[in-house]
Amino acid sequence: MKNSSLLWLVIFLLAGGYLIFRTSHGDMGISYVKVTTISPEKSNVQWTQYSKASKKEAGEENVQFSWSRTIGLWVAALSTLAIFSFLYGDNVFYKISESVFIGASAGYAMAVGFWDGIVNLLLRNLTPGLMRESIIPSIPKENHADWFFIIPLILGVAMLARLLPKGGWIARWPLAFFIGATAGFRLVVFFHADFIIQIQSTILPLIVFTDGSFDWQTSLKNITIIIGVLSCLVYFFFSVEHTGIIRPISRLGIWFLMITFGAGFGYTVMGRIALLAARLEFLFSDWLWLIDVE
Amino acid sequence: MFEKLNSLESRWIFLMTFLAVGIPILLQKSLPEKPTPMVMDVFNLVEDLPSGSLILCSFDFDPASAGELQPMAAAFVRHCALKKHKIVFMTLWPVGPPMIQNNINILKKEFPDYQYGEDYVNLGYRTGGEGVIKLITTSLDKMYSEDVNGTSLKKLSLTKDLKHIQGIDLLVNISAGTPGVIEWVQYASTPFNIKTVVGCTGVTAPKNYTYIPKQLAGMLGAIKGAAEYEKASIIQYPQLAENPQAQEGLRRMAPQLVAHLLLIFLIILGNVLHFVGRRKGLSS
Repeated sequence: MKNSSLLWLVIFLLAGGYLIFRTSHGDMGISYVKVTTISPEKSNVQWTQYSKASKKEAGEENVQFSWSRTIGLWVAALSTLAIFSFLYGDNVFYKISESVFIGASAGYAMAVGFWDGIVNLLLRNLTPGLMRESIIPSIPKENHADWFFIIPLILGVAMLARLLPKGGWIARWPLAFFIGATAGFRLVVFFHADFIIQIQSTILPLIVFTDGSFDWQTSLKNITIIIGVLSCLVYFFFSVEHTGIIRPISRLGIWFLMITFGAGFGYTVMGRIALLAARLEFLFSDWLWLIDVE
Repeated sequence: MFEKLNSLESRWIFLMTFLAVGIPILLQKSLPEKPTPMVMDVFNLVEDLPSGSLILCSFDFDPASAGELQPMAAAFVRHCALKKHKIVFMTLWPVGPPMIQNNINILKKEFPDYQYGEDYVNLGYRTGGEGVIKLITTSLDKMYSEDVNGTSLKKLSLTKDLKHIQGIDLLVNISAGTPGVIEWVQYASTPFNIKTVVGCTGVTAPKNYTYIPKQLAGMLGAIKGAAEYEKASIIQYPQLAENPQAQEGLRRMAPQLVAHLLLIFLIILGNVLHFVGRRKGLSS
C-alpha cells in the first residue's frame, strides 16, 4: 500500500470513528420534529402536522425524534461530502452522488412537468368533469370543457410524430408554430424593454445641477455612462477599420468591457463563496452540531 | 521555491479556500455592515408603502442557489410581515415551491398572527416561464384559478378581487436565472409600469444593473445585498438583532472577507510568478 493511500485510510477511519462516537452519544446528526394536532373549529376532521424542531427543543412535550428526517440529514451530509471529494480526484462516491442527483432532478422535472402541463392545464380544461371526479376534486362544477385547448393537444401529439419511422415531418408543424410564436413575443418585448428604454436611459444630462448647485458626482456618473456606452459600441463596429480616431475610442471600449468582466468575475466569486459557506454552515450546524445558528 | 509554487497542485488551493471559509464560520464572527444607497432604496420602498399594501413575491430560484438567495428572500418576507403587508407568493421554477415553503415557515413561526388567505397566499408553480407572466399581467384567473392547496382564489379574501397583477403595489422577484429578472422586466415592469425590485445571484447581477432605475426601482446583488438589507432591517426593527435566523447574510460576510483576501493574494501571487517566469525565460 502506498504511503498516501495509508494516510487517507487512517484519516477516514479516524473520521468515521469520531462520527460513530458522537452519534452514539446523541451529540450530532439527529433531527427532531414538533408534532401539532390541527382541529379546525367548523370540522370534525383532525390531522397531525410535523414541523422542524431545533435540538434545543428536544425533550419538550410535543417534540420527538424523527427517523425519516434523520436519515435525510445523513444522506444530505454524506452526499455533500461525496460531491466535495471530486476536488481531490474523481472517485466512486462522487459518481454515485452525481448520478443520484441527475436521476432525481430528471424524475422531478418530468413529474412536475406532466402534472402541471398535461394534467393541470390541458386535461383540466378539456375534461373538467372527469378530472373533478378523479384527481382534482377542487375544480368548480360550473367549469365546462374549453375546446380551445384541443389545439395544444393536437400540436403536442404532432410533436410525438418525430418518433415515428416515416412521420417525422409532422413534428415540424408544431415546432414551426412554437418557434414563430416565441420569436414574435420576444421580439416585441425585447425591442421595447431592451432597446428603446435602454436608449432612453442613456440620454442623460452631462452637467447636473441639484438644488441650484453643481452636482459633480451625478455629472461624472452620467459622463462615464455615456462615454462607456459609445466607446463599447464603437469597439463592436467592425464595418470600419479600427485606425485613426476609431482606434483610441475602441481601445477605451475594451477597457470598459474589461472592467465590466472584472466586476462580473468578482460577483461570481462572491456567489460561489456564499454557496460554499451555506453548505459548510449546514454541515457544521445541522449535522455536526459544532455551531448553533438557530 | 519558484518551481514549487509554479507547480502547486490545485488541491492545495481548494484546501486553503475550505479553511478560509470554514474557520470564520466555526468562529461565528460577524463584521460591521453599512447599507449602501442602492440597498436603502429597496428597503425604503418596502418601508414607505402603507401597511396592508399588496406585494407579489416571485421566488424563481432552486436549492442550488438558495445559499445566496434565501437570506434575501427571508429578509424581504420578514420586512413585509413587520410592515403588515399582504404577500402573494408564486414561482416560475419547478423547484421553487419548497423555496416558498421555507419562507412561509418563517411567517408561521415568527409571525403566528399572519393568517393564510387573509395576509398571504401561496399560488405555487405554473409551467410556462415568461408565458405565465404575460398572462397574469392581464388575467390572473387564466393561469391561477386556485392556490397551491387547490382552494379557489375567489374563496380567499386576499385574492378574491385580484383580477391581474397590474394592481399590486410592489413586485419582488428573487431570481437565479431564466425565467427571472429579465422576463419580469420585459413582460411586467416595463410594459405595465409595475414597481419592481429584485434580488439576484452574483453571476447575474452585472447584467441586471442596466435596468436601474427606469425599469427596476432597486436591486440586491448576491449575499452582500442580503447582508446589507438585514442590517437595514435590524436598524429599523432592533428586535431582529435577537433572532440569529434573521442574520444569515450578515453571518456569511466574514467567510466572504477571508476568502476574498485569499483570492486577491493568489491572483497577485500568480501574476508575480508569471512575470518572474517570463523574465527567467528571457534571461535564459
